[in-house]
Amino acid sequence: MNRSIQYSIFLYATAIMVALFTLLPLVWIILMSISSPHDLTKTPLDWIPSEFDFSRYGRLVDLDNGSGERFLSALRNSLLTAGGATFIALFVAVPAAYAFSRRNASMALLFAFLATIMMPPITYILPLHDIFSKFGMLNSTTTLIIVYSAMLLPFATWLMKSNIDVLPVEVEHAAFMEGASTLFTLRRVVLPLARPAIAATAMLSFLVAWDEFFYALIFTNDLTAKTLSVAIADFSAGRVTDYGVVAAVGVLATLPPAFLAICFQKFIVSGLVAGSVKG
Amino acid sequence: MFGQRQKREKWFLLAPAMVLLALITLLPLVKTLWLSFTDARITALETTVQYIGFENYRYALTDTEFLDAIGRTLYFTFVSVGLEGFLGVGIALLLNQKFRGCFILRAVIILPWAVPTIVNAVAWRMIYHPEYGALNSMLFQLGFIDNYRSWIGDPATAMNMVILADVWKNFPLIVYVTLAALQTIPGDLLKAAAVEGAGAIKRFRSIVLPWIVGPLLVVMVLRIIEAFRVFDIVYVMTRGGPADSTKTASFYVYQEYFSYLRSGSGASYAVLVAGISAVLILAYYSGARRQNAGTRA
Repeated sequence: MNRSIQYSIFLYATAIMVALFTLLPLVWIILMSISSPHDLTKTPLDWIPSEFDFSRYGRLVDLDNGSGERFLSALRNSLLTAGGATFIALFVAVPAAYAFSRRNASMALLFAFLATIMMPPITYILPLHDIFSKFGMLNSTTTLIIVYSAMLLPFATWLMKSNIDVLPVEVEHAAFMEGASTLFTLRRVVLPLARPAIAATAMLSFLVAWDEFFYALIFTNDLTAKTLSVAIADFSAGRVTDYGVVAAVGVLATLPPAFLAICFQKFIVSGLVAGSVKG
Repeated sequence: MFGQRQKREKWFLLAPAMVLLALITLLPLVKTLWLSFTDARITALETTVQYIGFENYRYALTDTEFLDAIGRTLYFTFVSVGLEGFLGVGIALLLNQKFRGCFILRAVIILPWAVPTIVNAVAWRMIYHPEYGALNSMLFQLGFIDNYRSWIGDPATAMNMVILADVWKNFPLIVYVTLAALQTIPGDLLKAAAVEGAGAIKRFRSIVLPWIVGPLLVVMVLRIIEAFRVFDIVYVMTRGGPADSTKTASFYVYQEYFSYLRSGSGASYAVLVAGISAVLILAYYSGARRQNAGTRA
């Protein structure tokens, strides 16, 4: 189709506006993180820093520094929590997904699974808090891993189910005829075929856990278990002396998900689209 | 094909998932329901908890502050998701065209979605800063405002500013869902319509919109369910202020629990909020099921 000049101008003008809307806030936060504190308190702003100052990043990855210790322990806790929860959720979700896909488990039950994560967390928070407090399990990475596993499980089950649905069932029938047990079939026949689906599910689960804030806020209270979300909220709370540090922490916390989102975009987008449209 | 053994096996396969969900979600839900009928408080002392029937609910439903918080949450939810839908569809239509750089733009649109919720909230709070914020500086330099304003310190603008921050993070999801739907429209159908003399607007209304409306509605209801729980962004940006202008339902329950330590009455608020969520969730399932039945037919 031929385009008129006006249409092309309109197209490119809109595209530029969309690009600016999407990218300007990101660019500004990155610029903030490398501007001198003096540049950041000018009114109005000069935007482009007079000199690039990367020292904040240096301090954040230095364990002997107060904010470095806070950042690095939060980073460790976030990696452990999100990683651990993703692992457990998938470990539990794959057999469940197989039951839904190949053993006629009721779809109503799967909907019930999904409904549990759609409920506001405030519905669960107080009894959970009471029970963890009774067992002395507050402020621990293990507790967060347990809670996050339950939070990730329904979506992981659902995504795995729709992926197992489209795998060829004949191989599994053949394995059954040969007398293979279900667990053997699951491990040796289904898992190798479902590897891309597992990778996509794991990535999305990890991102959801990485993003979580509410449970972490209520269940943790110091460096031993606080995750990045909570640490960032702390960094920005109260009297902030240098907004550049807050920006630098934000940039660092965004890097892992942004990296995954860009490098595995096809995976992630198709998982997102499938996860939000089908039911 | 499969025997009796395999049929029974499904419960073994499901057991770990069911146990985990029962312990972390079902039991707490039941406990919250029970608490909502009591006068329980959070104390260090051993106190007896009394069953008081519907007393908490009677109070909650006449508590104008709580009802205001629900109203605010609904405002946040529908304005946020409405704007996301509008922006999302517009941008998806743009990205569905071929132009130089369209693939790069398609790829970078995911970035706001990848920014963690808390980072997003913190970043926008800095952008809205009354003295050093980028928004003030930009609007001032462009000549739109004469004086710096306290965007989230003013009850008149605070909620809309929180909404803008939320929209920025969440519009990519709608873009990608819409784009996926757009790409399944057969090109021949549009060409035939064009040959028949249907203009761009007519083609959009009679072919494109009916084609994408199913998945679009489903994803928007999903976003509505999510937005209705809003807590994180409010906690970081405004703590419910100024003058309660951004205090949402979840934040209200949070305070009832952890600031005022009234677990019984807090639980009744939580149950009411959960009830609204349940209605939205049922709407989602009936919509999603109809949508899937439609694509299979």
